[in-house]
Amino acid sequence: MSVVTNSAGGGTEAPAKKRRITLPVVLLAIAGVFVLLSALRIITGVDELSSSGTLRATLVAAVPIGLAGLGGLWSERAGVVNIGLEGMMILGTFGAGYFGYFYGPWQGVLGAILLGAIGGLLHAVATVLFGVDHIVSGVAVNIIGLGAVQFLAALTFSGVPGGGATQSPGIDDLPAITIAAISDPLGDLEGKNWFVVSDVAALLRALVTDLSVLTLIALSLFVFTYWVLWRTSFGLRLRSCGESPAAAESLGINVIRYKLIAVIASGAFAGLAGGFLAMVASSSFRDGQTGGRGYIGLAAMIFGNWRPGGLLAGAGLFGYTDTLRLRGGGETIHGLLLLVAVLLVLVAIWQLRRGHRIAATVSGVLGVLIGVWFFLSESVPDDLTGMTPYVTTLLVLALASQRLRMPAADGKPYRKGSAG
Amino acid sequence: MSDARLKRVALAIGAPALALIIAFAITSLVLILAGDSVIGVWQQILSVPDVRGVTNILNAATVYYLSAVAVAIGFRMSLFNIGVDGQYRIASFVAAIVAGEAWLPGYLNTLLALVAAVLVGALWAGIAGLLRVTRGVSEVISTIMLNAIATAVVAYLLRKAAVDAEGSNITATKDIPEGSWIPGFSLGSDAPNDVYGVIVVAVVVGFVYWLVINRTRFGFDLRATGASESAAIASGIDVKRMVLVSMLLSGAVAGLVGMPILFGDAHNYGSTFQSGLGFAGIAIALLGRNHPVGIALGALLFAFLDEQANPLQILLDVSPDIVKITQGVIVLTVVIAYEVVRRYGVRLEQRLVASALADDDTDDKGAEVKV
Repeated sequence: MSVVTNSAGGGTEAPAKKRRITLPVVLLAIAGVFVLLSALRIITGVDELSSSGTLRATLVAAVPIGLAGLGGLWSERAGVVNIGLEGMMILGTFGAGYFGYFYGPWQGVLGAILLGAIGGLLHAVATVLFGVDHIVSGVAVNIIGLGAVQFLAALTFSGVPGGGATQSPGIDDLPAITIAAISDPLGDLEGKNWFVVSDVAALLRALVTDLSVLTLIALSLFVFTYWVLWRTSFGLRLRSCGESPAAAESLGINVIRYKLIAVIASGAFAGLAGGFLAMVASSSFRDGQTGGRGYIGLAAMIFGNWRPGGLLAGAGLFGYTDTLRLRGGGETIHGLLLLVAVLLVLVAIWQLRRGHRIAATVSGVLGVLIGVWFFLSESVPDDLTGMTPYVTTLLVLALASQRLRMPAADGKPYRKGSAG
Repeated sequence: MSDARLKRVALAIGAPALALIIAFAITSLVLILAGDSVIGVWQQILSVPDVRGVTNILNAATVYYLSAVAVAIGFRMSLFNIGVDGQYRIASFVAAIVAGEAWLPGYLNTLLALVAAVLVGALWAGIAGLLRVTRGVSEVISTIMLNAIATAVVAYLLRKAAVDAEGSNITATKDIPEGSWIPGFSLGSDAPNDVYGVIVVAVVVGFVYWLVINRTRFGFDLRATGASESAAIASGIDVKRMVLVSMLLSGAVAGLVGMPILFGDAHNYGSTFQSGLGFAGIAIALLGRNHPVGIALGALLFAFLDEQANPLQILLDVSPDIVKITQGVIVLTVVIAYEVVRRYGVRLEQRLVASALADDDTDDKGAEVKV
């Protein structure tokens, strides 16, 4: 059971004993991931695995998922399950399209937040005030959001030049930042294809080249959320509503008000996520733009154990697999198979050491099968690459879900006065 | 006493009616804000459909019904099978392959394909069930992921299995031989289209659902687990087994969802096969309160709204998507209405208890009445 023996897995394997997640551990984990990726790139010869283009696209793909996840975090930390994130995101895409086209890009951002918040308000009223089952209300919000946006889009964009019943005309871009003085030398370094060094250069280059202001805002919102929820008394109260609302109320906290605020904020985050999709990831509103990212955001949040840092890692993972699918297609995903196979075999060994025979066998067999697939094929068929993020989610949840802890009163309807 | 009960029955019937009225009001509000003709829209939607329309409504309702029953099986024990969508698509695909290959003659072929659909649907849902009982993965998330995975798998397999139709770029499986189609019936001699024959299967499924849930030991265990897991464990119910079995059953019914379309209309599985029926099923199961008759009414209502809204674009230049708003709002208002009624019912009971107690002992009156 010593920590030393399984150090081979880089930072990816958590030891059996409790260990606090401190900054050095996080940095070590990130470094471990980088060494792994770099090794994988050199072994498989697929350069796209860590090119700056891939990493930049990852950032763009990860931000909406992360923002949706933040929405989920706010709401679930206050004890309200929010499966309606998808619907609120859809509202956000339209908000960005409508206000972005008719008024300007910054108004588009505000519009996205506003429409998302309206979706959040709907969910909040249903779940908090009327005690409707959270999943039921979320499903209804998704239906209403989709229907409303399709109806409104047909109403507003039909006949507008460049627009149509299912899409808005182009929206002006938000400002983007490029620091050429740093970007260019980093590009040279990246081109050298050195182990680890080039990969780090690629990451830094991705961060200083053509970085949208909205991406920066989104990233700062993670810090903001962490600060508000974990470092202020407001956040402590909000989280207490998700852990034990009766206890919170007995201490004089207005549970209903905190839950309302949390769910409306949740909608605003999801709306911004939709706005990001319409304005940064592309440059116009389109019907079906969200493509289930609200659900993925929720999964990323669960993956991250209802914590902003973990959520960020989860969003990064989903964004990364999604990007690989789009950029390299089948060949890049094929390179990733090797990593998955190795990780699964490592998990199997770890489980075996802990005495979990069945879990070890399942992971081992899966790992070997995927390994065989890697060596017997040249590329993953295009149609199948689309399922990468979803399979990743399932795998991760299947392997990690028992270590997760959600807020104790999450998903339970609460009525004022329950504390007695 | 009987007066109070009468009041409660009236409230129970009034709740869905109230929900409908509110939903219509909100829809009207949206129409007014959009500057569309409110009266014109309602005139079209609430008009009496012709024979062709009625047939379409029955057909759409059949499909919705099966989907909603599949969802409802999970709901009865607090399982959210969001994955009906993926389950029915992958099951329909496999059934189309089996029926298209026609290994058996005539209706034996049909039967084989139906069995295949049921099995595949159950298996796909079973993955989520297995993950839930062995690894503790929430079925809400896993079924959503499985939906997306089903999309990819079906797209991949369809490309492999597709036959090329000349002059068309629609990829589809081999057509089912005509001898294996399930014949429909027409409503009157002048009807231009047929009602799906599978509607009979849907009715049977609804009846069996009612029978199993309300009249068997298994159904009792299922409802008990849904009502209180800890109580179920205490009374000796194997909750893990129940989760897995009900997930398999839910998936099995989900496997049937595409069958009316496959055997009554499309006769093959192509890239244009109707999707999204699983999500409608969730809404309808909620609307019908998981009761077989309630679900039937809900399915008919949804199908009715869909069918009646279709001509709106041509007639009034209003997007038919307006009824999606109505449908979503109905789901929410129905649930809210029932919740309000339930609270009122509880208060009514408490008041009755309080007054009964007050007759015995006049001391503590006010304390019991407060909620």
